[in-house]
Amino acid sequence: MKIISADRISRIVADLCVRANLYLRPDVLARLRRARKAETSKRAKRLLDAIIDNALIARAERLAICQDTGLPVVFVELGQNVRVSGDLKKALNQGVDAGYKKACLRQSVIRDPLVRGRSTHSPALIHVDIVPGNSLKITVLPKGFGCENKSQLKMFHPTAGIEELKDFIINTVKSVGPDACPPYVVGIGIGGTADYASLLAKKALLRKIKGKTADRLERELLAAINKLNIGPMGLGGRTTALAVNIEKSHTHIAGLPVALNFSCHALRSATEAI
Amino acid sequence: MNDSQIKKLKAGDEIKLSGVIYTARDQAHKRLAAAIKSGKRLPIDLKGAIIYYCGPTGKPGGKVIGSCGPTTSGRMDKFTPALLKTGLKGMIGKGARSKEVIDAIKRHKAVYFLAHAGCGALINKCVKKAKAVAFKDLGPEAIHKLEVKDFYLIVGVDSHGRDIYAKK
Repeated sequence: MKIISADRISRIVADLCVRANLYLRPDVLARLRRARKAETSKRAKRLLDAIIDNALIARAERLAICQDTGLPVVFVELGQNVRVSGDLKKALNQGVDAGYKKACLRQSVIRDPLVRGRSTHSPALIHVDIVPGNSLKITVLPKGFGCENKSQLKMFHPTAGIEELKDFIINTVKSVGPDACPPYVVGIGIGGTADYASLLAKKALLRKIKGKTADRLERELLAAINKLNIGPMGLGGRTTALAVNIEKSHTHIAGLPVALNFSCHALRSATEAI
Repeated sequence: MNDSQIKKLKAGDEIKLSGVIYTARDQAHKRLAAAIKSGKRLPIDLKGAIIYYCGPTGKPGGKVIGSCGPTTSGRMDKFTPALLKTGLKGMIGKGARSKEVIDAIKRHKAVYFLAHAGCGALINKCVKKAKAVAFKDLGPEAIHKLEVKDFYLIVGVDSHGRDIYAKK
């Protein structure tokens, strides 16, 4: 049994919130640079330069990469041999408050979706997974809502062909256009239930973008999306998506849920394991 | 920005804007539109004004403002025609506008600009002064008066109703 104090968890979460919001993920920055090299449209090249500059300025001047510092989404993988001394949820939210306050990040969270009212930094949206072992892994994903608002879910018939799925995905990307701040990372969840497919689509955004993906569907979708000529800010170009990440799960004989969750080019997340 | 300057702008043109602009996003728009409807006095003079769809972060020490990029303009569409009728001349945001808004822009000889989307740290550099001037209870959604210098913008919809997104 490993004992981890709630205070320690708060400190880690605070640090993750700052890191995620100020320092663009290295894999995302590398992919932006590669896209800039491959881009042929003059305007798209300039816009990608601005996006890269923005990430460098944010890092150097300790400013948020984007003013929408998101609804903080926290993923916890809690080893079943770990005991948290103190209140885990409270610790996570206190960490979010401390980190967001320290880096002057925006208060974008409202308690009641209908009444609205004054915005705050927390509570975060927390997903906890119990896993074997004695470690605790925490990931903070500040999720901006320009792209979150473009999420889609479709419950396909189990007999649907792969072409039907592809059409749905491509048509959804077309409808998203400039609002989700292209170039996007497209997270796709396939299988599970309606809620679980949506969660998988979001988790897919956490996967590191590296090299050429081994998944054929991901490759085909990325190629098709980058032919749509949406481009940075929706003003044309071959850089519409930086990556397509698919996560799959077991599902029911009667169904085939497919969920899409988009990230803007400022895909921010940070992880720490103890 | 005066009428003859606005008239010359074409969708797709790139400009550098210097001067005073006001931030306003969802809740501020809702309040402004409600005030216009009920004939109440507005907290800012919209006549000839430029509104920037932006909710900045807090400001780190030594800075005038925090990260301050544009938010999605489409969410303001349902309020925009009323604001244009009241004298609003320019809007800055990201993404496409509805047909109703484009028609209203043409009717009132106004202009809609796109700012670098998702580049709030870069845009921070061109804000020289910032002050919350109305609806301060809205926090980041309050109306801030900004003084900007060389704010890089692309004309999205010009005063003749031409739309950058229609060309594609």
